[in-house]
Formats: sequence, C-alpha cells, structure tokens
Amino acid sequence: MDLLRWGRSPWGEWVLTHVSWSLFWASLFAGVLFFVAHASYMLFSAHRKRPSSETDALEAQYKNLPEKIERHGLAARLFHWIMAAAMFVLLFTAFLPIAGVKFPWVQWHWMAGIVLAASILFHIVHATFFLDFWSIWVGPRDIPELKAELLREFGHDVPGPKDGKYPLGNRLYHTAIVFAGLGASITGILMIPRIRTGLVTRNPYYLADATWGITYVVHGLAGVGLVGLVIAHVYFAIRPEKWWITKSMILGYITRRQYLEHHEPSRWPVDAKGSGAAKHADQA
Amino acid sequence: MAVIRDVMPVFELYQPASIDDAIKLLDKHGTDAMVLAGGLDSMDWLKDRLKKPKAVVDLGQIKELKGIKELNSGLEIGAMTPLTEIVRHPVVRDKFSLLMEAAELVASPQIRNQGTIGGNVSQDTRCWYYRGGWTCYRAGGNICYADTPTSVNREHAIFDADRCVAVNPSDTAPALLALDASMVIRGPKGERVVAAEDYWIGPGIDITRMNVLAPNEILTSIRIPSTMAGAQFYFEKVRDRQVWDFPLVNVASAMVVSGDKIEKARLVVNAVAATPRRLKNVETAIIGKARNEETADMAGKMAVEGAQTLRHNAYKVPLMRNLVKRAIRGAGATWTS
Repeated sequence: MDLLRWGRSPWGEWVLTHVSWSLFWASLFAGVLFFVAHASYMLFSAHRKRPSSETDALEAQYKNLPEKIERHGLAARLFHWIMAAAMFVLLFTAFLPIAGVKFPWVQWHWMAGIVLAASILFHIVHATFFLDFWSIWVGPRDIPELKAELLREFGHDVPGPKDGKYPLGNRLYHTAIVFAGLGASITGILMIPRIRTGLVTRNPYYLADATWGITYVVHGLAGVGLVGLVIAHVYFAIRPEKWWITKSMILGYITRRQYLEHHEPSRWPVDAKGSGAAKHADQA
Repeated sequence: MAVIRDVMPVFELYQPASIDDAIKLLDKHGTDAMVLAGGLDSMDWLKDRLKKPKAVVDLGQIKELKGIKELNSGLEIGAMTPLTEIVRHPVVRDKFSLLMEAAELVASPQIRNQGTIGGNVSQDTRCWYYRGGWTCYRAGGNICYADTPTSVNREHAIFDADRCVAVNPSDTAPALLALDASMVIRGPKGERVVAAEDYWIGPGIDITRMNVLAPNEILTSIRIPSTMAGAQFYFEKVRDRQVWDFPLVNVASAMVVSGDKIEKARLVVNAVAATPRRLKNVETAIIGKARNEETADMAGKMAVEGAQTLRHNAYKVPLMRNLVKRAIRGAGATWTS
C-alpha cells in the first residue's frame, strides 16, 4: 500500500499530491479499535479512584468552598462547542465523499475551516492572556502523576498526586489535538487561495508544486489523524465515569465533591467564590 | 505533454457477448478496467499512454446494446447504437429531430459511423491540461492547470466550476436532456434508471468523473419519452472548425407552442460547465409568453446570470446569450444531410 500519492508536474518532475486515502480507513479503524479495547479494559480492570473516606475528610477540610466550582468559563465553553461543530463539519465534508457519499462538499469545508481557524485564534489569545496557560500542557513535572495513574489503573492504591485542573489524559489529548489541529488549520488556510471563495484573489501558484504537495500531505495526515482523535474524544466524553467532565463543559461547573474526589486542591487551588486561582500552586 | 506513440500499452482485451458477462468482467477488474464503446475517446487515452488499464472490455459484440426500439410512443436507443443510425432513423427524424440535428453535428461522418450514442454522452472532457497527462484535480492531483492567472482556457467553464473548470463536450447530451430522456444503467446489483438530469455530475460531486457510472456499471440504453415528441426543436452548435470540432457552446431547446404562447419548454446549453446546463429559470420565465424577440431577449439575459469567466473565455457569455435568444426565436440555420 502506498501511503503517499505522487503526480507529474508540467516540468516533468514527480511531486507529492496527497496522502493515500487508505490512511483514512486506517485511522477510522484505529479509533474504533481503541474504543473497543478501552471499553473492554474498563469493564474488567480494577482501576482505583480516591476512596470515599478520603473525599469525606477533604470535604470537611474544604467546607468553606462553595457547592459549585467553576471549571470552564462561558467564553471557553463557547469556543469548545463552536470548534467541535466546525470540526465535525470539516471531518464529515472531507471524508464522507471518500467513503462514497457524494455531495458538493468544498464550500461547506472551507467555510467550516474558516470558523475553526477563527475559533483557534480566539482560543490562543483567550488561553494566553485570560486563562492559566500552562494548566493544559504536559511536561516532566507530570511524571510522578503518570506513574501514580498507571499504578491505579492496574489496581493499586497509590497515595501519589491526583490531577490538577485537567486530568493527565486530557492534557495528552490536548497536545495531540494541538499538533493535528494546527497542522490541518494552517495548511487549510494556505489552500484558501486555490479555490473560489470570494475572500481572496485566486492564485494557485503562490507556492511551488513541491511545496503544495507537502502542504496537501500535511493537511491529509492531520485530517486522518483527527478522525482517530475525535473518535477517542467523543468516546471519553460519553463514558459514564467521565460524564461529569462533559457536563462541566456544558454547564461550566463541577460540584465540590467532584472537585475533591478527582483533583488535587494544591494543584488546582480554588477560592471561596469557586473560581480557579490565576496560578496553580505547582506552577507558580 | 502527451506524446502520441501509436503503440498502446499492454492490456487484456475482453469482448463479452452479453451485458451480464461485461458486468462480471468490470466487477472483477474494478478501476483497472476500461470500457470500450466506439473507441473514439478511449483510443486517445490508450495511444497517448495516459491511461494504462489492465483490462479493456469491448462492448462491440453485445447485440442487446445496439438498435432503436419504439417504446410507449417514445424510443429506447441502445447505448452502442452508432450516431449515424440515429440520424437516419425515421422515428428520430419524425418525432425527435432535435436528437437527429445534435447527432448530425457530432464530429465527422466517419466518426459518426463508429461513434456510439452511449460513448458520446459518457465521453471524458477535452481539457488539454487534463488530457495532456498532467496530474490535475481530475487526474487525482491537487491543482487545476486551466484555472490559473496564466492558463489558456478559452474552451473552459463559465458556470459551476469547483476547482476543476473542464466542460462537458457532448452534442447529444443537451438534446437528450431537452427531450427529458432517462439513462438505463446495469451493474452487479441490477438495473437502475437515472433521469438524464442526474446522469452527469460536476466536479463538486466527484472531480474525477463526468457521470454517475460506477467502474462496474455500463450504460445500456437511453429512453426518450413521448413528452416532447413532435415539439418545436432548435439545436445550434458553435465551433471553431465547421467541418469537425467539439462545441465552444451548443444549445438545445424543445418547445410546445400554442397559438403564439409557449406552453412547455426545455432549454439546455452545453460546453459551459462540467454538466449540460438546463436553464430552468429561463424555462419558467418564458412559459405563457409569446415566442417573440422580447421573450428571446429576456431569456438570453437570464441564461447568463451568474456566469464567472476565466481569462480567455469571456466570449462565451455573449455567445451563450445569443444562442439562447436564437433558440427562443427559432431562427438560424439547421444543417441536415
């Protein structure tokens, strides 16, 4: 199976044109396989969470906290759902025709792409200047948490660190989606002058054929990668034990008990009004 | 650019004697197979070595695909019926002379003897960038070489371009659409009948195909209902060389006129988009109006609304406008042998 497709330029050179769409099926298969494997594992594994007695003790200790703890502000939630809608439109318009459902997809695709790019720009500004920027990233400081989480997954009672504002899996996912999303968005924006949008003057020649080939390959790789990533994201969003996180992305808050059960107050300090502190204790 | 070598690539030639056998072969070979009807389009691809199928399925031996039958006051034309036979058929001349005129203007007499109606309506586009062997969108690439600031695109689309600006070059396609024909398609799952309007597809739907035929399907026949039998027809084709050329623009119209009022009309223009363009807005506007200069003028203006020209094909706008006007007026010469 050829993973990349090549074409001949007017100058007789072989240039990249696309990724092979077999990769779409591979990504779809990988996403579904992950879903089945993880769901099976969760059915039979002995993963541990913080015992009720420990959470009770924490509730007594943090009784000054309000019942509702803000997890996502309105702007962050609006960004998330607008981005999600744009992402679904992009993936369906890109891959349904490959799967055999034929329709005029290009206009929907570029319009959704513009919405996605605008929402990403907004998110970058919002996260950089108005949110705790580093709370979503992973780094060496997360190794003890990774070790503790793995041990818990294998059934051990481990007293090690719990999550900060975002669970480790959530942050790893964010890192992957940043690379895939930015890869697809940046290359997609580059492609806008190739089609008739009415936004810019058409000029398909402002990059060389070989550079276009790389642009299309990156766009394609990011796109097929997003298929698997979005399947995983939707899967976790609807899992019963993760539903409290999904709900917080709709309502904006979690309960005090959920906060204490799943998070390390020292890593995600919350003030008496239920809002997250500007800097986390472990990052200040 | 393509270099004609006159030595075709190696392929397995199959000459099935029945439609079922042809479909089995196409189903077996999938996209590695090429269907050969009259061969006039296919041979170019093969001799230029731009398409290298592993199997060529020649439909020439299938008798069921040939001939014209009268059917419920209409006609059923086998897809492998030569264009000359259609031109000479008495019922076509008597009731559906629009198709006769269109078929008679296809290429040259020799080509009409060999070329089939199925091949003519299903032929590939003539865009020379695409046929030159460059990997454009239609050839599976990521660019349209005909739609750039420096392209030579005199023959290309003024409507419905979606990345690719190639046009449908058929003369019989607009006539069939004006006659409200339907296309009978057979594949491994059986027969399906598609309205002519839905047979051709633009690049927005599938940029690598001109029609709905899947690799394992064949067009078996074309049915023309009696809806427009004996109506007032008009066909005109403008081309660079009168003796033998593809259309720059052609127009086909079928009208039922009562007194001086237009009661029913179907107008189709081809070679302005990747599919024959039925002018529904014009048809609606002219119903109930007199067939006169005023109506023709209005129709011509309406027909070209929304046209988007390329660097070298702006002339197609007044050309199309005037052809539609002439179709409404019914003026202009018709050429019959």
